[in-house]
Amino acid sequence: MAEAVREFTAIGTRPIRPDGVEKVTGKANFGADFSLPGMLYGKVLRSPHAHARIKSIDSSEAESMEGVFSVITSADFPNENPSDMSRNILARDKVLYHGHALAAVAARSNSIAEEAIDSIKVEYEVLPPVLSADAALAEGAPLVDENLRTNGDESIAPSNVAATVHYERGDVDKGFEEADYIVEEEYRIPSAHQGYIEPHACVADVNEKGRASVWCCTQGAFEVRNYISEVLRKKISDIKVTPSEIGGGFGGKTVVYVEPVAVRLSELAGRPVKMVMNREEVFRATGPCSATVCRVKVGANKDGIITAAKAWMTYEAGAFPGSPVTPGCMSIFAPYDLKNFVIDGLDVLVNKPKVAAYRAPGAPQSMHAMESAVDELARKLNMDPIDLRLKNAADEGTEAPYGPKYPAIGLVECLKAAKVHPNYVRKPAEGVGRGVAVGFWFNIGMQSSAEIWVAPNGSVTIMEGSPDIGGSRASMCLMAAETLGIPYDSINAVIGDTESTGFCNLTGGSRTTFATGLAVVQACEDVIAECKKRAAMTWDLDVEQVDWEDGYAVPEPGVNIEVEPLSFAELAKTAGRTGGPLVGRASVNAQGAGACFSVNWTDVTVDRDTGKVDVQAFTAVQDAGRAIHPAYVEGQMQGGAVQGIGWALNEEYIYDDNGILENASFLDYRIPVASDVPMIDCQIVEVPNPSHPYGVRGVGETPIVAPLAATANAVREVLGFRINDLPMSPPRVLEALDNGS
Amino acid sequence: MARVVFPANLMNYTNGVSEVEVSCSTFRELVQQLNSLYPGIGDDLRKSAVAIDGQIYQDAWFEKIGPTSEVFFMQRIEGG
Repeated sequence: MAEAVREFTAIGTRPIRPDGVEKVTGKANFGADFSLPGMLYGKVLRSPHAHARIKSIDSSEAESMEGVFSVITSADFPNENPSDMSRNILARDKVLYHGHALAAVAARSNSIAEEAIDSIKVEYEVLPPVLSADAALAEGAPLVDENLRTNGDESIAPSNVAATVHYERGDVDKGFEEADYIVEEEYRIPSAHQGYIEPHACVADVNEKGRASVWCCTQGAFEVRNYISEVLRKKISDIKVTPSEIGGGFGGKTVVYVEPVAVRLSELAGRPVKMVMNREEVFRATGPCSATVCRVKVGANKDGIITAAKAWMTYEAGAFPGSPVTPGCMSIFAPYDLKNFVIDGLDVLVNKPKVAAYRAPGAPQSMHAMESAVDELARKLNMDPIDLRLKNAADEGTEAPYGPKYPAIGLVECLKAAKVHPNYVRKPAEGVGRGVAVGFWFNIGMQSSAEIWVAPNGSVTIMEGSPDIGGSRASMCLMAAETLGIPYDSINAVIGDTESTGFCNLTGGSRTTFATGLAVVQACEDVIAECKKRAAMTWDLDVEQVDWEDGYAVPEPGVNIEVEPLSFAELAKTAGRTGGPLVGRASVNAQGAGACFSVNWTDVTVDRDTGKVDVQAFTAVQDAGRAIHPAYVEGQMQGGAVQGIGWALNEEYIYDDNGILENASFLDYRIPVASDVPMIDCQIVEVPNPSHPYGVRGVGETPIVAPLAATANAVREVLGFRINDLPMSPPRVLEALDNGS
Repeated sequence: MARVVFPANLMNYTNGVSEVEVSCSTFRELVQQLNSLYPGIGDDLRKSAVAIDGQIYQDAWFEKIGPTSEVFFMQRIEGG
């Protein structure tokens, strides 16, 4: 195929990131770095109870305090049919989790704001909290939302189950009858937080005409605009959002918490208001991911062909509906060509913070269950775990468990690459356990816009609206360099605010390099079309007689004219005389994002005295479609692996019986640090995505999926028995060792 | 005729029917026909993602559907 031999000049190189110097020198401006003259400081009052009815709120003392400019409760938000987001941002009627916000203050200083918050008197009727899916599903369980009916079915009684999900194919009972080996287990994973280093922060300034300007750290400025509009019922034309640099998001900054509060406080105070969450607030009140229970049953015949699979899962949604149970159900069997399966999932309300997206939302939990069960099958079959997966691997044309046939995908290529990888061929030393797992994520496209502005010296500015989380500006510049045929160093990418660039959906779903990249490529092609037109005018040719080659306008082959090719720089320099500045633009609703698969394996040791698991080696193989900037692809693979290892070994929300989070700090909620993990070895596999001009697939989310099961499978190898529940923290490992299972 | 498959959450509109055959040339036409067949389903179909011959579209409208096409409605995928 032509794609296989296509050669690139810029794509696939590893230039230094354009934002690197500012970030390592501390000059980059993050959410909390922005200030305005006369700015006030906003603080939030949060619930001390996990579940309680609000009987009254008395803020009169706060309102009368010197230095306090505005005080709000949910009564200061529009009251007609408030959305769940509005109810989450400021509680109405009931507080639904410990840390739920219910009032806010803007004052001249942080200390005055805190004093004012402390003076607000709230009378509660404390209610019993629902703290797990098990408790939520129990007969007679307290209801988090007395009006919630499963799937909106008004004919049934209210419950804590917001929605059910079901997929099936073939005859599962017959499939299990055909199985020679069956594994059936239950796996539990508690909530974990995205763990971004930068807390949520914003400044809002509402002018006399009611027009709001907001500066904030977010994964999507346009989504923030939409959410503020939705919560405060303001016109989107009255809201301008400027995204700052972002210190991590991983899905947790796809929603808003403080931004509408700051806007309302500013509106009432007539001054700008700054709000910065502290770490404790981030843990208590911003979206962790779902805690899950996954029961999986998998059967295979003696040849290693999976004959049937069954899954039942609960995903905690937190206090409002909307866990990622559906993608969890859709992804659990995605790597396999299965003829018979049943999948059931439940979206369950509990008195905990509303969950938010976290990198491949829903997939790490469900696939941890399936990949653990497949590992046990491999043991029963005495088969190499990669060989077992190869026997059952989905490939182009396989029916995905959620219905459609896969287009070109790279799972088989990843498995084959893993099987011959030196790190896999080299057997682990005695006392070291190895675990293998595969990962998957759908990836998405959605809407993006981009503009290309060409300066008279031939330098190029890309204006786009996707906040740069993982190095996307460099990738945009590389794709523009490749398309235009000009040096990478002559291109600069800028992330615009909501009034300086066209609409862009948020940076999430592993969409930015794919979808915004597509917009950038098309905007470059728009510039090239204009360049060809200017060259045609210069040479007295028809535009159809001009081609574009490696940054030069040239006559088409066969056109009888002797001219020197016109370079991009020359065309830019003379643009004023030939029709004005060169600009290009494109907007897309990108489709065909192309699923991404990975294979991970890790070698671990376990200290049987302390229960501590040490990751000795970790290798990630992943299909990137085409790696635009391989170092950033590797960065995503490495970052995802480390987050997955942290989730597998240490990270968990620990609640007391009253629903109070006991480890709301990085001292007690332990994410991995550099000394906890080895260098993550990466191998990029490239099976180009036919829906992108350069073959790009999203790569940002798949990396977090496989590490959970890979680590669990490795620990199982060392111990000789499996610990089904995560995290495999020292206390849990010691307990398991004491119990001998 | 194109083969059209519904997920479980849309089958309350279809009286439990999981699969139908429809003759249409674009996604827009398909939604119009299905809404005639199953009144009220149109809004939910427009909010769904759809896979047409293996290609997933989050916001389909003018996309072509051929006589042998396979169309699967599915929940829109979001991400982190």
